[in-house]
Amino acid sequence: MNPGTNRRSHGSEPRIQLTTSNQKKMKNLKTALLFFGLLFLAQAASAQLRIEVVGGGATQIPVAIVPFRAEEGLAQRLTPVVAADLARSGLFKIVDAGGMNPVPHEPEQLNYAQWRARGADAVVIGSVTKAPDGRYDIRFRVMDAVKQTQIAGFVYFATENQLRLTAHKIADVIYEKLTGDTGVFATRITYVVKRGARYELHVADADGFGAQTVLASNEPIISPAWSPDGTRLAYVSFEQKKPVVYVQSLTTGSRQAVAAFRGSNSAPAWSPDGKKLAVTLTRDGGSQLFLINADGTGAPVRLTQSAAIDTEANFSPDGQSILFTSDRGGGPQIYRIPVSGGTPQRVTFEGSYNVSARHSPDGKSFTFIQRNGSRFNVAVQDFATRQVQVLTEGGVDESPSFAPNGKIILYATEVGGRGILAAVSSDGRIKQRFTADVGDAREPAWSPVVNK
Amino acid sequence: MKRILAAALATAILAACSSTSTKEQDAATVEDRGGATTQQPATKPPVASGPTTTPLDPKGVSSNPLKDPSNLLSKRSIYFELDSNIVKEEFKPLIAAHARYLQQNPAQKMTVQGNADERGSREYNLALGQRRADAVKQMMLLLGAKSEQIETVSFGEEKPKATGHDEASWAENRRADLAYPND
Repeated sequence: MNPGTNRRSHGSEPRIQLTTSNQKKMKNLKTALLFFGLLFLAQAASAQLRIEVVGGGATQIPVAIVPFRAEEGLAQRLTPVVAADLARSGLFKIVDAGGMNPVPHEPEQLNYAQWRARGADAVVIGSVTKAPDGRYDIRFRVMDAVKQTQIAGFVYFATENQLRLTAHKIADVIYEKLTGDTGVFATRITYVVKRGARYELHVADADGFGAQTVLASNEPIISPAWSPDGTRLAYVSFEQKKPVVYVQSLTTGSRQAVAAFRGSNSAPAWSPDGKKLAVTLTRDGGSQLFLINADGTGAPVRLTQSAAIDTEANFSPDGQSILFTSDRGGGPQIYRIPVSGGTPQRVTFEGSYNVSARHSPDGKSFTFIQRNGSRFNVAVQDFATRQVQVLTEGGVDESPSFAPNGKIILYATEVGGRGILAAVSSDGRIKQRFTADVGDAREPAWSPVVNK
Repeated sequence: MKRILAAALATAILAACSSTSTKEQDAATVEDRGGATTQQPATKPPVASGPTTTPLDPKGVSSNPLKDPSNLLSKRSIYFELDSNIVKEEFKPLIAAHARYLQQNPAQKMTVQGNADERGSREYNLALGQRRADAVKQMMLLLGAKSEQIETVSFGEEKPKATGHDEASWAENRRADLAYPND
């Protein structure tokens, strides 16, 4: 049976930066055109993911988020989404914004002393109006309650379908301005859900909402990997009664088998320029790494030459080297090889079973799964110091991948015999669990930040 | 008279031939193992009044050794120890029987499907399953099968036969299965 694919379409939303203003009139400084990969869904997945936060940051920034003027009438209110995003990150304490009279929507309406009394370091205010073209004009400001100055201010124009994404974008701005790191609330995740004998490849917003099935099959699907531009997924499907690597467009839904050689084809990893995939092929005997073109043209170029298992490739962010799993030394360990080939260097030395390495976005460390006794845990190792930090205490963790800001690691684990997705901050302090209504969730991967 | 003798002789020769081939070479009788022999007996009894006859269920008398429960060729699974791709002694006769079958049927293709238990990385387990399938193929090549006849693939931990999370289930899933195209 042929797996079905769904289409996604793209839309756009202009964003205008608000000037720092003590004046009532806002000046538009520049307009940025943002393209979003959200939008239309041909088939919404029936199971939504819910996220519970299991830990908290050492210090949390107290921020008040005042309901925007006229947002009550929207199909999707914005500020609850913004507050939930920030709270879920574990880095913010949401200060109660209720009971203010009048409710402030403009800077001059702010009584900073009152907000300071509530403990807020920052106050987010804003308003929604319907623009003549039918879209919503959403403007917001992040105000420093201590210095009494504007930290950031933007206008978004969004259709009704883009309200949730706009809220994530607002949360990203607040996160960036107050923590100094890139926000990842407006990104997406992909994962596989197994329901009975059926397998579904899902794409959802980073908060678990808006899940869509982009591929459904009666045979297993594993190892989904985002293209660097976030428009395609490479994955392994068993629909041909063996593992075959496919690349599927999320914009058109079209898909192509890019590695279907004799034997098994698996473990796709994108090069940073999106032109190549590192894959594991067995066509020459044994499981070895090869480079192929992402459009399936040309002949594979063999990268490793061993009598052992070489698999689970992952490109460094600069595209110069590849981390992979090999048992050439006995048990499986992580090795690094230049993309041009050469002699692999072993990089993990603690423990007898280290697998599934993924670079951090800055290329300075990698996350992987380490076996400790009979437990499999998410760990991070620094390239320079070789220091290993084990981040989880669970027993059956798999498939870790970094969020594009490097601050969170998404992985698969098991609770009560069911597969779930979980996330841990890269310092190990904050933990999140994504729970689906039905089925086993597994094989997660976090999308890149695109069109920022 | 001569005619009758000639006819009798021909029948005798045919009978001798067929009996020889069934006795000595079990496998040779299934050149056309596409299912034609099992289809033929399934003709319907004539529609008539009075007593009706029913043909015997052809399954019991199938000449396809791959499906014959009493034939070693119907056994398709080879089990492995933890982290091992060494074929245990007890499975060598089974592998030898299939290797001989491939040798005697050069046009016959086969897929060896490797499997692994659920613990650890899915992709590494896929490679472990592949290694088991490759080990079985290697043994078959030594016993006369041709490389082109056998494709080795892996299901890793993705298609477990036993779904429990204990050693008994894991042992069941550390396995290579032999699959023929028309299975």
